[in-house]
Amino acid sequence: MNTRAIEERRRRAAAKWQEVQKNPIPLIYIGAASCGLAAGAAEAQEAVEKYLKKHKIEARTIQVGCIGPCYLEPLMDVQMPGKPRISYSNVRPSDVPIILESFFVKGEPAKSRLAGHFGDGDFDGIPRFFDMPMLKPQVRIVLRNCGIIDPEDLDHYLARDGYLGLEKCLAMPWQDVLETVKRSGLRGRGGAGFPTWKKWLTCRETESDRRYLICNADEGDPGAFMNRSLIEGDPHAVLEGMLIAAYTIGAAHGYVYIRAEYPLAIKRLKLAISQMKEIGLLGRDILGSGFDFEITIKEGAGAFVCGEETALIASIEGKRGMPRTRPPFPAVSGVHGKPTIINNVETLGTLPHILRNGGEWYAGRGTETSKGTKTFSLVGKVRRTGLIEVPLGITLREVVYDIGGGTLKPFKAVQTGGPSGGCLSDEFLDTPIDYEHLAAAGSIMGSGGLIVVDTDTCIVDTAKYFLEFTQRESCGKCVPCRVGTRHLVKILEKICDGRGELADLDKLEKLGRTIKSGSLCGLGSTAPNPALTSLKYFRSEFIAHVRDKRCPAVVCKNLVSYRIIAGKCTGCQRCVSVCPTGAITGPRSEPHNLDPSKCIKCRSCYEICRFDAIAGDAIIIES
Amino acid sequence: MTGIEKNNPMSDGGLSDLKHEFKGERGDLIPVLQRVQALYGYLLPDTVRAVSRWLKISENEIFGVATFYAQFRFHPPGRHHVRVCLGTACHVKGGEQILLMTQQRLGIGTGETTADGKYDLERVACLGCCALAPVVTFDEKIYSQMSVLKVQRILDEHKSD
Repeated sequence: MNTRAIEERRRRAAAKWQEVQKNPIPLIYIGAASCGLAAGAAEAQEAVEKYLKKHKIEARTIQVGCIGPCYLEPLMDVQMPGKPRISYSNVRPSDVPIILESFFVKGEPAKSRLAGHFGDGDFDGIPRFFDMPMLKPQVRIVLRNCGIIDPEDLDHYLARDGYLGLEKCLAMPWQDVLETVKRSGLRGRGGAGFPTWKKWLTCRETESDRRYLICNADEGDPGAFMNRSLIEGDPHAVLEGMLIAAYTIGAAHGYVYIRAEYPLAIKRLKLAISQMKEIGLLGRDILGSGFDFEITIKEGAGAFVCGEETALIASIEGKRGMPRTRPPFPAVSGVHGKPTIINNVETLGTLPHILRNGGEWYAGRGTETSKGTKTFSLVGKVRRTGLIEVPLGITLREVVYDIGGGTLKPFKAVQTGGPSGGCLSDEFLDTPIDYEHLAAAGSIMGSGGLIVVDTDTCIVDTAKYFLEFTQRESCGKCVPCRVGTRHLVKILEKICDGRGELADLDKLEKLGRTIKSGSLCGLGSTAPNPALTSLKYFRSEFIAHVRDKRCPAVVCKNLVSYRIIAGKCTGCQRCVSVCPTGAITGPRSEPHNLDPSKCIKCRSCYEICRFDAIAGDAIIIES
Repeated sequence: MTGIEKNNPMSDGGLSDLKHEFKGERGDLIPVLQRVQALYGYLLPDTVRAVSRWLKISENEIFGVATFYAQFRFHPPGRHHVRVCLGTACHVKGGEQILLMTQQRLGIGTGETTADGKYDLERVACLGCCALAPVVTFDEKIYSQMSVLKVQRILDEHKSD
């Protein structure tokens, strides 16, 4: 297919998209990304199909990706002919007939579970979906198609200017593409923030008969899902970005290294690749430009360290994913010793927009040194959780409070950058989110996990959690990382168990600094960050554990106890029925007895008493 | 070829099916092991031997690679897979207690299979459903916003499977 042919195809796709927008038949959209499915999207869709069949209504259901506010999942939108799309949130199967009936029988959209409409301006007093507090402060560039288009329909992508960036790219010499990306100020979205153009130039200028491009979709940071959502919601954007990057660096072969834990994303990528092949966007002489490119999908087998460039390459070559010393950098010597560029999913997903709209356009957002937008997964103890995209330079306060709606219990900290990042206290709430400010605070931007914790979360326990994670994921090559992280975990365990001493806090700091300076790769050199930052900003909480043998957040198991308040307990036996160890006994209608020696502190009794029992709150956890 | 032969990794059948899919290069090792595990549920010593001969990589090295990655299993899986997610979001929302309770109920540790071969239990680093934490999967189904109680109910529901 040449340029003219793709233009023709895009015109047809646009007409089809217009047709969809005018929709002669009603359309029902289901948010069916992994998070939507986890929340019950499949059940909602089943209920939709059942309703349509029963009432013999002609309508089309379309599965779309994640639009962002995961706390509203499952989302179901209804679009009647000539009307804007209207979205409903937290849709249970039992809500479906009520909502659909309001459209198909009553002719007036149901008000309950209403989230908003997708049109412009006012519509029947229904608010705009994108005016919701969570969405309004966002700037959606990378995510512009997520949740809007059917990710499995290439025409949807084409109709929204898909592959237009590639066309522009192919019409330019590679130097001009590089210049465009340089002007955009785009920095690697995987975490380190190295200028994308610089890395590319190194690779391009290295003499070689072959070069490789790798899309790093090994989103290993536990608590982050931006890449999964982007691939599930708009796979072609990432693939178009790969073509642009490959053209610029002169690579004829690309890999997508993606975690096996993301089956839906893998499925959508495979489908998108086959669609590209059908219209000649992969293979030889793409769009008549003389540029050849092939993509192979490599499923990661589960190793966090493989997010590190040299470890990822080792894994692609079929070896243990262990990093090696740099230089030489992969841009000079990577896969099979050939120059290789590894770009993050989001970096690649941003490229089509930069090429389409120009470097200056992209650089118009963000700060002096951190341009453009960044996606984050906003999770933890905030009211509104989900996937967000914001201009860089926005403050943590705006993200946590304006977008996230604040926390239920008082705010305690926000962890950025996952296990390699740091835990920042409320004094950093007005810190702008960009590469430099986060680094100055002792944290990192990372790939975009933002985990908010409140006063119910123990900082020491969270630090221990991250260290346990990095200790397990340490590849074992460097002693400071292999042995050091194990000792950090031991010290943190000791503190959480109430066996800690004040001297342990100094040991933590000293050991942490040693590991940072003595490790080869990013995993080891950042692993102590969660412990070091929490100790720096939450020292009093460590001291409470060490000196007072108390866990202020009532989390650390050895420092808390469960107690039944005899005066409150009605003896309803609900807790007896859920206790997995038989620690609670007592006849019906009499206060129960809890045997601390059998209690494993699993919280079952606490929860059932709180929510299901007659008395409620008769079981307390105290420290 | 009968179904039994096809599923018997000892016979050549198992691997010869795979041999069409790959070039037999060193870089194919991990994808080959992934396909073997998808077929048989885990990596048996005999299959590893066959892979070793095919790709000309020593068994030692194959085990070295396989044990490096979390995905590979060396014991037969149960009929049902229970996975408890312990990503950061799941952890701060009580995933640890859910895992503990599940271990207690099934009577096994992570990476183990119950004596009757019914369940295996795995802890996973992150399933990427963090906004709906804590998350547990039962076979292919993802359960979100779990609590120790909800997990108990799910296990009760599957008691008679």
